[in-house]
Amino acid sequence: MTMIKAIVFLPLLASMVAGLIAFVDCGTDKDKKHRMDAYAQYMTAGVLLACMVMSWITFYNVGIHGGDAYTVKVLSWIQSGGLDINWALKVDTLTAVMLVVVCTVSAMVHVYSIGYMHHDPDVPRFMSYLSLFTFCMLMLVTADNLVQMFFGWEGVGLASYLLIGFWYNKPTANAAAIKAFVVNRVGDFGFALGIFATFVMFDSVNLDVIFSRAEGLSNATISVFSGEYHAITVICLLLFVGAMGKSAQLGLHTWLPDAMEGPTPVSALIHAATMVTAGVFMVSRMSPLFEYSDFALQVVTIVGGTTAIFAATVGCTQFDIKRVIAYSTCSQLGYMFFAIGVSAYQAAIFHLMTHAFFKALLFLGAGSVIHAMSDEQDMRRMGGTWKLIPVTYSLMWIGSLALVGVFPFAGYFSKDMILEAAWAAHTGAGNYAFWMGITAAFLTAFYSWRLIIMTFHGKPRADEKTMAHVHESPKVMILPLMLLAFGACFAGWAGYNYFVGHDAAHFWGNAILVLSDHTALEDAHHVPAWVKYLPLVVGGAGIATAYVMYMFVPSLPEKVKRAFGPIHTFVYNKWYFDELYDLIFVKPAFAIGRFFWVWGDQKTIDHLGPDGIASTTQDTAQKVSVLQSGYLYHYAFSMLIGVVAMVSWYMIFHVG
Amino acid sequence: MATIGLAHYLAVAALLFGTGVFGIFLNRKNVIVILMSIELLLLAVNINLVAFSVELGDLAGQVFALFILTVAAAEAAIGLAILVVFFRNRGTIAVKDINTMKG
Repeated sequence: MTMIKAIVFLPLLASMVAGLIAFVDCGTDKDKKHRMDAYAQYMTAGVLLACMVMSWITFYNVGIHGGDAYTVKVLSWIQSGGLDINWALKVDTLTAVMLVVVCTVSAMVHVYSIGYMHHDPDVPRFMSYLSLFTFCMLMLVTADNLVQMFFGWEGVGLASYLLIGFWYNKPTANAAAIKAFVVNRVGDFGFALGIFATFVMFDSVNLDVIFSRAEGLSNATISVFSGEYHAITVICLLLFVGAMGKSAQLGLHTWLPDAMEGPTPVSALIHAATMVTAGVFMVSRMSPLFEYSDFALQVVTIVGGTTAIFAATVGCTQFDIKRVIAYSTCSQLGYMFFAIGVSAYQAAIFHLMTHAFFKALLFLGAGSVIHAMSDEQDMRRMGGTWKLIPVTYSLMWIGSLALVGVFPFAGYFSKDMILEAAWAAHTGAGNYAFWMGITAAFLTAFYSWRLIIMTFHGKPRADEKTMAHVHESPKVMILPLMLLAFGACFAGWAGYNYFVGHDAAHFWGNAILVLSDHTALEDAHHVPAWVKYLPLVVGGAGIATAYVMYMFVPSLPEKVKRAFGPIHTFVYNKWYFDELYDLIFVKPAFAIGRFFWVWGDQKTIDHLGPDGIASTTQDTAQKVSVLQSGYLYHYAFSMLIGVVAMVSWYMIFHVG
Repeated sequence: MATIGLAHYLAVAALLFGTGVFGIFLNRKNVIVILMSIELLLLAVNINLVAFSVELGDLAGQVFALFILTVAAAEAAIGLAILVVFFRNRGTIAVKDINTMKG
């Protein structure tokens, strides 16, 4: 019981302490600075490792051992009329899985950062932000009511903003940070409206209360803009808008690739493994609501499927190593969402977990490559390094194999489960998602090996100085990668039975509700053989295509590019989403802003208000000051005239 | 010959007062003249007080007159002292040169 409090609040404490260390003034004392950096690094990393161990224990107790879910109340927060909100930590299997994912990846990233951020001048600040992020994420996944979840939700958004803009003297980093924050606001607006609607309908924001009342209200309606709509559908769609923002689904995805401006450990922790999965977690957490709205589930499926294919196509054309992986993340999140859409929440969470391992591995591996290549991120200027950095190379292989879903790596179990569930749903949306998912699986394999071949094989395309400097990363960076690689190898195999296999019912307990007529997950075990093997086949085909195009016939990509000119341009420019949004939202917003600034503020309010009053006063004073001749007798004379005038007035009108 | 009544006293006082006032703001030369003019104003008021005191049979007016004489003496002393200091600082006591309060 106290352990969960320790897991959640220790990172906050670590963040505060590291934050205080950041304020220690070291002047030019290099030794002192290194000492302070080391304190911050080892303290936060140590705390996170402890949290990791505790989260595994919690996971064992609640999940594998099948212990009861429980809620620990920390503090009372808001009490106002019918609204009664506590700070409380709800621990069930879903939370326990997320605890493991968050704490493990976070601990690995903390350790990795010790090496990666070694040369940075702001180490304690970085560690403080990382720990703050971890705290907020833990707050999100342990929330027992929607408002507390929203607190964590905004908290991770803040930490993400701070970390994307960590190198604040880089203008692109600041722009990316602002973009991430603003795009997330759109989603958060939907989430907030969803919470309000929930309170209106259920008279509570407490998850347990909502879930117990969900069935009774499954046919209730809510009036929106004077139209009557199915209440739960409205709530679910609003919540899903929030999830789309945080999990970078099509439409609100534009911030995620730009977020790669942040340091690579941040990309691994926040923009691949944990924060972006918050949307998946939230929708799974709200499964007792989503289950009662077929329409919302269909929307989730279609958005998920479309995102999967969209991001995969873009990933095939990018050259920035981190952006490729970022689009891959976006695509994998699409998989998770369409799994949710066919009521296979367990498969979604399973994929979330395995994905966290191999995607963090890929990102940190990419970080290791970038580190080795003297901060080069463009794959066109890499190549020929696989003999020089063999450990990183093999770790990237493991990560990519897991991502593509090759047996027996983690992705094979979870991704196939999702695709089978989508097929087994036998709905229009399910089929759409299945075929999108299969195509995306081909593209995933293609861009993964494109990345590996361009990065490690072929002739060196970097300059000689960089090539001479290529070196394997230090142990403190490699060891976390090893542990993640271990997860990428075995998490799927080990978790299969618990998450989606025989022990699933026992494992999940009451954490996720699936209505008895939503049988996709159950049916997924009995699909025809071709459905089972198709993902593997297209994966292999994708890998083979990548080898042909980039290894054996290096002239082919150019030819393909020329043959599909317009399509390639369209995809290479990320389907023109940024340009479209720029045109529809950003430019008009700037224009409106400029109008109000120049005409509303400067020329109206300032001109008539503060500036106007000030200049009028000055003019008047200038004129009046002429009267101040400085001669005493002038003043005396005016006094006399005043007295005479007053006395005369009095005599004439008041006397007699 | 008509008896000299209250009106006569008041007329003298008014003339004296007028002289004092004009002495203050028509004078461009000398600050000492201003001090003297102030004395004239006070004396004019004193005449008024004493005249009314006798007319109304109330001694308070004469008591006030004595007070005003005292104050006037003190004021003259202080005024002259200030004037001396002022002269030391500025080297002049001409009224037209005293305009440091000009805005």
